[in-house]
Amino acid sequence: MLELQNLTKVYPNGVHALEAFSLTVREGEIVAVIGGSGCGKSTLLRLIAGLEQPSRGRAVLDGATLTQPHPLVNIIFQEPRLLPWLTVAGNVGFGLADLAANDRALRVEEALLRVGLAGYGGRWVKELSGGQAQRVAIARALVTRPEVLLLDEPFSALDALTRADLQDHLADLWAESGTTMILVTHDIEEAAVLADRIVVMRPWPGRKLEEIEIALKRPRERTAPEVEALKRQLVAALNRSLDRSPGRSPGRSTDRSPVRAPENALGSEPVRVPFVP
Amino acid sequence: MGFLDLAGAAAPAAATKTCRPRPFGVQRIAAAFVLPIAALVLWELLVRTGLATGRLMPPPSRIAVTLYDLAATGELVRHIAVTLWRVVVGFVAGAAAGTIAGALTGYSPRLSRFADPTLQALRAIPSIAWVPLFILWFGIFETSKVALIAVGVFFPVYLGVSGAVASVDRKIVEVGRVFRLSGPALVRRILLPAVLPSYVVALRSGLGLGWMFVVAAEFMGASEGLGYLLVDGQQLGKPDQILAAILTFAAVGKLTDTLLVLGTAPLLRWQDTYGRDA
Repeated sequence: MLELQNLTKVYPNGVHALEAFSLTVREGEIVAVIGGSGCGKSTLLRLIAGLEQPSRGRAVLDGATLTQPHPLVNIIFQEPRLLPWLTVAGNVGFGLADLAANDRALRVEEALLRVGLAGYGGRWVKELSGGQAQRVAIARALVTRPEVLLLDEPFSALDALTRADLQDHLADLWAESGTTMILVTHDIEEAAVLADRIVVMRPWPGRKLEEIEIALKRPRERTAPEVEALKRQLVAALNRSLDRSPGRSPGRSTDRSPVRAPENALGSEPVRVPFVP
Repeated sequence: MGFLDLAGAAAPAAATKTCRPRPFGVQRIAAAFVLPIAALVLWELLVRTGLATGRLMPPPSRIAVTLYDLAATGELVRHIAVTLWRVVVGFVAGAAAGTIAGALTGYSPRLSRFADPTLQALRAIPSIAWVPLFILWFGIFETSKVALIAVGVFFPVYLGVSGAVASVDRKIVEVGRVFRLSGPALVRRILLPAVLPSYVVALRSGLGLGWMFVVAAEFMGASEGLGYLLVDGQQLGKPDQILAAILTFAAVGKLTDTLLVLGTAPLLRWQDTYGRDA
């Protein structure tokens, strides 16, 4: 179980990125964190990953306070961050340096199979497409069998089709591994399709606005009415998070407008926003 | 896994998609020789036609004869071997020290704040200025020569490694942190592989300076070596011997540079660049 207690981060340059964020993440749960820019989403993940130290509060995993990168916590970034001097297999096995070469090769092979890249082990990073590279990054993170996987807008740099594909893929991987996931995203559909619970953040300083429990079964059809309704609910929540009056569309706003009206890869009806519940 | 965490020469079985001209194909070698051969032919023609006297600037044919004579007595090989040995020993020592110092200061900003200003000040000293001191310290023979060459090699390597390590992408370094690499492991598995391309460039400029300093070292009193041939040619008024030594420098220096490039090429195959190899 991952417990976040009053996590607060003020950077040395004075930026107040996150204020008193508390959340208890159950084992095997997928929590999506959505919100506009400046709401501390990435900071939240960096604190849990141990890449930054909280100014106040703490993150506790199974009773241990996380102050530095933890072996059972891994993170996937927006960009794949593969090491170009290693082959695909070398990248996937990067966190397994302690294993004997044979065991490592087996684990790597298995991980590549699971992300649909069996036989790609000998390729160079420069030979991969964007989607393939991100799959390799997912394999690299999962191969160490983390208890908690943090995802920082992992698919936002990909085209819509690849993104939908990888979201489904991530759901499958979750079904197999039962890894706890915290998914930071600005893609409302991504949150609606994947999450058990969605945390809506509000900016300046970043803090939690509301939590939305989702009872929908997986796998979820993107065009299902329940998912569409959820997406409308999320857009409304995001509007509230930015103190927008419901009459304004987030897509046309002129000031700080991080809310993207959900783009739909699979060509369903455009979502009508905003929605007043 | 070798010392560096690289997918080395043995790694990928898959064919590389990018198809570049092989770095040392016949055409490329031929292209490299066009300019020097044209210059030699022109020079020879100028002397033959009487447009130039060739007294102070002997034609290639005479230099070739001089080279042949030197080679026939085994003298040339001896001089080359002595000079090459000095360069190699000095280069290895200077490059090793430069690599270690560069990796340390690049890795630790605090250490860099202490050490870098001093090293930069030392770098500002014209290296020839060390000659009298080195002779006093190490004597007139091999040690002082090798030390001078090592000093010459040290600085470009140090500067290259330190700058490159400090400018490695933070995002890549974070990957190492996520996988909880220790300091030395971070250097070995992330920082050094990431700087390999600039490291090779630094080694090449270091080697170039090594060849420069070997001449300075051999000027300060040597009884053999290519630098000695230069001094000897000057004192005895033998311009053909001077030019023979200069051409030998060009050939051997280029050869060592090529070997360095060839030797490091397998470590750089991962690069996805605009692609001028060598």
